[in-house]
Amino acid sequence: MAMTVQLDVVSAEEKIFSGLVESVQVTGSEGELGVLPFHAPLLTTLKPGMVRIVKQFGEEHLIYVAGGVLEVQPDNITVLADVAVRGEDLDEQAALDAQKRAEEAMQHASADFNYAEAAAQLAEAIAQLRVIQKMRKK
Amino acid sequence: MAGGKEIKSKIGSINNTRKITSAMEKVAVSKMRKAQDRVAATRPYAEGMRKVIGNVANGNLEYRHPYLVEREVKRVGYIVISTDRGLCGGLNTNEFKKVATDLKRWNDQGVTTEFAVIGNKATAFFKRYGGKVVAAQAGSGDVPRLADVIGSVKVMLNAFDEGRIDRLFLVYNKFVNTMKQEPVIEQLLPLPKTDLAKRKHNWDYIYEPDPQPILDMLMNRYMESQVFQGVVENLASEQAARMVAMKAATDNAGNLMDELKLVYNKARQAAITQELSEIVAGAAAVG
Repeated sequence: MAMTVQLDVVSAEEKIFSGLVESVQVTGSEGELGVLPFHAPLLTTLKPGMVRIVKQFGEEHLIYVAGGVLEVQPDNITVLADVAVRGEDLDEQAALDAQKRAEEAMQHASADFNYAEAAAQLAEAIAQLRVIQKMRKK
Repeated sequence: MAGGKEIKSKIGSINNTRKITSAMEKVAVSKMRKAQDRVAATRPYAEGMRKVIGNVANGNLEYRHPYLVEREVKRVGYIVISTDRGLCGGLNTNEFKKVATDLKRWNDQGVTTEFAVIGNKATAFFKRYGGKVVAAQAGSGDVPRLADVIGSVKVMLNAFDEGRIDRLFLVYNKFVNTMKQEPVIEQLLPLPKTDLAKRKHNWDYIYEPDPQPILDMLMNRYMESQVFQGVVENLASEQAARMVAMKAATDNAGNLMDELKLVYNKARQAAITQELSEIVAGAAAVG
């Protein structure tokens, strides 16, 4: 049997996932990274993106997070997400709308326009859409 | 009829009061349920945060964050969370009593204190009691937002960074269950080390990108989440305490009304008897 490690994914609003996993893949600020059981202690910030979990016995699970912190200890992993949504709960239409809005805002930049904010919104929308597409492929 | 009218009007006024307290009780019950759900929803994050921070505090990190370093205590800061409104039993009073005993202990040691208060009741208390209030915030309503507490937290963290305070405590009412709310004082800064899971060897994290920005962000998030959790718990405690207090008030009003009704009936009967005996005596005198 594959080795497992305890994973907790919590957002400020609720507990999203808690259980034993074989591996977990996240979008760190420096790029994608996968974590297996008995990984060395690691601390990193997260970018908007997905958390891909392989649960014990191989079942896959996708979660969208809008940023946060990942902490890895050899015997447990914690994802402290700012906002987290289970893959199944994502709203594709809302994400597409958000993407369009953000892109439009960036093209027609007005005086009081906050570029960083719009860029962040765009990144979030794209990350959500990626999670949705991944789920379709399965 | 001796005092019959007065008693009757008194019964009426008590009945009105009872209607109000009973309505407040019902409102508190429904609000408490919502607040309880909110406590349950935000607890995992606060606990996850505490776990991570506990690991950070136990590790042997290359970058010693100032929040982890114990200093000689000359000044301490308190973030006191109270309710905005009254009529919730001894909830605030018990909390302030606990703070006051703590303050006395610090005073005896020659340590000065500063406060950041959240909620009207704490503001009023420290105005009376006399304490240096550096930040006050009130009126967050029934649905607290993280943004509401950020200001107060920031003021205290700045004070810690600048060395104006050497320790920071958080005071709030912990929601144990409907009948029990406990005032607690928790140390926020410097981070208290957890005794559990203390490892023998020295270890450090791998950081991506650099230790300092990650730890700075983590510490800020931690403080905010702990204070926010305090606000949420305090709100649930407030509703529970109000529910219990209003139930007691409603019951008391009921008892009082029963007693007054008895007095009223006695007075009415006495008046009738007197009237009768007067008529009989009058008739006898004529006949």
